[in-house]
Amino acid sequence: MSDYAKIISPYKDLPGGIIEAYHALQNKYNYIPEDAIAVAADMFDISLSQAYGVATFYSYFKIGPRGRYVIRICESAPCHVAGADDVIAALEKELGISMGETTEDGKFTLEFAECVGQCQGTPVITINSQPYVNVEPEKVGEILAACK
Amino acid sequence: MAEEVRIVLRNYGKIDPLNIDDYINAGGYKGLEKARSMSQEAVIEEVRKSGLRGRGGAGFNAGTKWKFSYRAVADEKYVVCNADEGEPGTYKDRIIMENDPQSVLEGMAICGYAIGSRKGYIYCRGEYPYVVDILNQAIAQAKEKGILGDFDIEVRMGAGAYVCGEESALIESIEGHRGSPRFKPPYPPAEGLWQKPTIVNNVETFANIPIIMEKGSDWYAGIGAKSYPGTKIMTLTGDVVNRTFIEIPTDVTIRQVIYDFGGGIREGKKFKAVQIGGTSGGFIPESLLDTSIDFDSMGAIGATLGSGAVFVMDETRDLVDVTERISKFFEHESCGKCAPCREGTKRMHEMMTRLNAGQGKADDLEQIEQLGSVMSRACLCGLGQAAPSPVLTTLEHFRNEYMEKLG
Repeated sequence: MSDYAKIISPYKDLPGGIIEAYHALQNKYNYIPEDAIAVAADMFDISLSQAYGVATFYSYFKIGPRGRYVIRICESAPCHVAGADDVIAALEKELGISMGETTEDGKFTLEFAECVGQCQGTPVITINSQPYVNVEPEKVGEILAACK
Repeated sequence: MAEEVRIVLRNYGKIDPLNIDDYINAGGYKGLEKARSMSQEAVIEEVRKSGLRGRGGAGFNAGTKWKFSYRAVADEKYVVCNADEGEPGTYKDRIIMENDPQSVLEGMAICGYAIGSRKGYIYCRGEYPYVVDILNQAIAQAKEKGILGDFDIEVRMGAGAYVCGEESALIESIEGHRGSPRFKPPYPPAEGLWQKPTIVNNVETFANIPIIMEKGSDWYAGIGAKSYPGTKIMTLTGDVVNRTFIEIPTDVTIRQVIYDFGGGIREGKKFKAVQIGGTSGGFIPESLLDTSIDFDSMGAIGATLGSGAVFVMDETRDLVDVTERISKFFEHESCGKCAPCREGTKRMHEMMTRLNAGQGKADDLEQIEQLGSVMSRACLCGLGQAAPSPVLTTLEHFRNEYMEKLG
């Protein structure tokens, strides 16, 4: 059994389990490897287009490689007025990449997110789903330095 | 000054959320015990008489909804807890699940007993993996104690699709499909998850149920506004001094929420607008702040209670800019199933971008109003129907801001 099949297999008999299987893949790789979608289609006995359609529908899933640290910046209205744009500018400057890109060493990826439900402390970013609240542009360097 | 009334959050800060004994010692699971000593009809009638209406935004009487599923004849029925909290500015369900997960499980088990279901799902948003861990631990403890009886609960994770807060889209997602809403009827209480009768209620709705069973419908119906009794958890964001959550009776006014609980506007600035209910809610001007927050009073002023998010903007905020940002959100979150929403959100964002950039014409304002009016009637689900609301209400109450930006 391939590595992908091993990860998917516990969910194979779970009704509607393909989304849980995708979560498991993403937990392991930080993204969904494109080849794993064909394996999932096979194991859940659905067409490749259906399996691909599910994976691409949900914005929390990302097909294809991204960095070891995925930084998502909330751009919903409460974070927007709290200065999310300044945080984005600071992150882009610090990492030398634009939103949607990954650093050359494969360490960091920058992505937009909509509300992550931590609005008591806007603006909010998440790093591998861990929330950081009240992020100020001056704190960005410190936060990145903690990602080893 | 108005005061908080903590019913849903009665155990907040008082119990260890990961210790079921703490919950039981605080009176937990008495509601379930009482429900099981009653007939199913009597449980449903008690919930109906309490006047509890869905806390997810639609405001439908919970007991009435349950009765539809109770009456449906089927070999399986399901109870689904909507924990796909995705309305920007909202985190009330997270607060409930992080601090008192057993109250949600108990509410679901009472519903399961009432409608004749043995299987429940909690659909929790993918952005809350730490909440999923808490829920799974809480379920494991409840199972170990055998307190849920033959009612089983399983957690499923969403994956970042706002539309899955809509109950039929949520059901599609649990089934492992793209989260597109279904055509209705049939409605989920008759034909939902795997075509079986299914009750989908919000986290906050379920968390209200145990104490209603314990203290009775008369007690609950006497709290807050008559037509929408009980409390509502509100989350305060934006330019308000206290960015926090509160649980208040539903007859408190918007002004009290912002000034008594929120502490007023930051840095001594003046109030300009508040958007309530999340990013799909209407913008409310100063002149309407004495409106009570209950569902019907909000509806009467062209606004919504929705999820209970309270997004405050001070006098310096550019509402055309904020509304453009919101219109981008809806373009991104539209599932694409129906044309009025798929095309409408895109065109609306285009026009808002033009207006915000100072390149709009007076014609744009008329067109955007016409488009919004069509979308609110023609879109398949609540997402598309509500999407124009921020644009239409800012045009209604703050039209001068648009006029000043015309090219």
